[in-house]
Amino acid sequence: MRMPKAFKRFLHPALMILLGLVGLYLVTLVYATGESLLACVMLVTLAAFIWIYTSSKTYAYRYLFPGIGAALIFVVFPMLYTVRIGFTNYSSKNLLTFQRATQYLVEETYRAEGATYNSTLHADGSRWRLCLEDADSGAAFITDPITLGPDISLTLKAQPSATPPIGEHMPMRGLIEHQTFLKGLTVLMPNGEQIRMTGLREFAPARMQYTRNKDGSLTNNQDHSVIRPDFKTGFYETAEGEPVDPGFQVDIGWKNYIQIFTDAALREPFWRIFIWTVVFSSLTVVFCTSLGMLLAVLLNWDSLRFKAVYRFLLFLPYAIPGFISILVFKGLFNNNFGEINLILHGLFGIKPTWFSDPFLAKTMILIVNTWLGFPYMMIVSMGLIKAIPNDLYEASAVAGAGPLTNFFRITMPLILKPLTPLLISSFAFNFNNFVLINLLTGGGPDFLNTATPAGTTDILVSYTYRMAFQYSGQQFGLAAAISTVIFLMVAAISLVQIRATKISQDNKR
Amino acid sequence: MAIVIDKSQRWRLVAAHIFLICLCALVIFPLLLVVSISFRPGNFASGSLIPETISLEHWRFALGLPVVNVDGREIIPDLPVLRWLWNSVKVATLSALVAVLLSTTAAYAFARLKFARKSAALTGLMLMQMFPTVLALVAIHAIFSRIGHAFPLFGVDSYWSLVLAYSGGVALFIWVIKGFYETIPPEIEEAATVDGATPWQAFRYVLLPMAVPILMVVFILAFINAVNEYPVASVLLRSQDKLTIAAGMKQFLYAQKYLWGDFAAAAILSSLPISIVFILAQRWMISGLTAGANKG
Repeated sequence: MRMPKAFKRFLHPALMILLGLVGLYLVTLVYATGESLLACVMLVTLAAFIWIYTSSKTYAYRYLFPGIGAALIFVVFPMLYTVRIGFTNYSSKNLLTFQRATQYLVEETYRAEGATYNSTLHADGSRWRLCLEDADSGAAFITDPITLGPDISLTLKAQPSATPPIGEHMPMRGLIEHQTFLKGLTVLMPNGEQIRMTGLREFAPARMQYTRNKDGSLTNNQDHSVIRPDFKTGFYETAEGEPVDPGFQVDIGWKNYIQIFTDAALREPFWRIFIWTVVFSSLTVVFCTSLGMLLAVLLNWDSLRFKAVYRFLLFLPYAIPGFISILVFKGLFNNNFGEINLILHGLFGIKPTWFSDPFLAKTMILIVNTWLGFPYMMIVSMGLIKAIPNDLYEASAVAGAGPLTNFFRITMPLILKPLTPLLISSFAFNFNNFVLINLLTGGGPDFLNTATPAGTTDILVSYTYRMAFQYSGQQFGLAAAISTVIFLMVAAISLVQIRATKISQDNKR
Repeated sequence: MAIVIDKSQRWRLVAAHIFLICLCALVIFPLLLVVSISFRPGNFASGSLIPETISLEHWRFALGLPVVNVDGREIIPDLPVLRWLWNSVKVATLSALVAVLLSTTAAYAFARLKFARKSAALTGLMLMQMFPTVLALVAIHAIFSRIGHAFPLFGVDSYWSLVLAYSGGVALFIWVIKGFYETIPPEIEEAATVDGATPWQAFRYVLLPMAVPILMVVFILAFINAVNEYPVASVLLRSQDKLTIAAGMKQFLYAQKYLWGDFAAAAILSSLPISIVFILAQRWMISGLTAGANKG
């Protein structure tokens, strides 16, 4: 394709300016919705984009920008944000930002004195009429037809009506669906009363609960008391110090960390879970590696036949999606109708309670994880064994060594070193093996007397997950603080791994 | 290698075969059992490995067809397995495309171009990949619910949020593609540059066509990763109809509503395609796996 030279010269700058303007417009839109942090991230990304794609010095970065940008925004940024949340009281009680919490309070209404009206919506073509009936006198009123739409505030006038409207009633489902819209309606009655929605089928006079004052406090219109925001607790508080829901997010410094390490109701489960996490990941690595290595040695044996068949069958567990095989085992181990217990009952007359006994639950987790994990170690070890020069074994055969001596004196020492980085990464992976714990036991059987739900088979990540996303509570701040502690542990493991990788690479040279 | 087969060797061979057969049985047993369970009538049925009566009710349930139960009532399946599978395919295809697009050019820069702090950036990428996403779940949830306030399309409970969240995991793919580029002699592109091609043209018209096989491998890797991803999907997707198969499957085995037989059929239905792709692609997967990824 050929373009006139002048056109070509101006195309690129023009395009950049256009993109920049569109980007700035979007950032402003986002900023207007109150998401200043998001707007900030977008602005930085936009600035980096413009700079990289216009400056000639940054040529190489043009290729890097999309990939590295995505990794920075969706991997690094969430990590930093986790650390940030760890210093706040973000939880189901303090869910909203300060602005949103204030907005929520300011929009609250209370039921003032006056008549109650039963409300119904009647179809009028594609639009709807609101019909109001005085609950005491039975007098009926009706509004002009309205279009149900997005939530905007709207004031309607109601006229007395003698005949009941003909159109179809809106069913309960529709009322629930359009609830936000209906809540924004204010109806002006002929006697001058202003009524608002107070129930799904009820309108009544309502007044605004709070008025905003200049100093940031809110005055309660009902009893004229004043509530003030407290940025230490994250609540609006009355003069007596009573918190008013909803709370908002504030920084609370190191409080979450102090709580983890000093509060007995949290410290106790934290350490127990930490120990089990380490035990679980170490034992998994030991079991998977020993089984995998043994199989690798057997499958590298020249005289053994049907090697390909064995290799294929033993590889199968790795090919099945983890979330499926874990759930399959959850069913097979079921205390009452699981096939494993049926077989054990038939053979030995026992029915182990895999899910309610802590020790059996842990055993089950290790069995399942070994089943899932040994094929990887087997494949990796097979590759490493192939690389061992054959003359070593010939020499040992001449010396009259048996297979055990061969394994412990030649094979194992030679593959253990290149295997070390993989063992460490496998340890790190299982240290955070959330999917297994979450799907198999969900952490249970649970400890008693803990501040947040915690179980005997929980590992640290599943513990934070339950803290944040299970039951009520939703202690996001606390969960993020624990996640930060795990970050540090993972960082330490990674450092060890990088060192081990370097050593094994240096040895190769 | 000439080895004299003596008597002890023969015994050892027999022992090895017995051991391997037992182990294979242990590995295969759960799989065969699931197949058998999916054909047994009822959700609590026990029986032999080969079911005496073959019933297709669980398969009908998994495929979303109405099932007539024992009392003669017709039950419409309430767990939309096929829909979840389709959702998974959508999310995985999109995120695999994004992964390929994002990592191809970045890998080119790492393999061929010179820029400041290249080795630091490479180490950074490797470190990034070591930190599991599970740890940032709280932040991911918070970030996407905030994005949702401004752009509902990318908020919680939308596929796009998942695609965006997965797009960060390109570090491994950049490494894989970079390794492939480095096996291609740079002289070929240099020849193009001598003929007046810009680096972009050299990349687009010379290197990229040669890299198509590795891009397909990365596509498959990213696709399987996205289908198997459970934590982020279970946090970001809420409504029943939008779940991916990984996030939805556990609903079969709630204590209050235990659908063991239906689960078995659904499990086979959903894992069969993934496992087949995985086995076909395993040759490349393993080289990718030993490159440092250890995701099960």
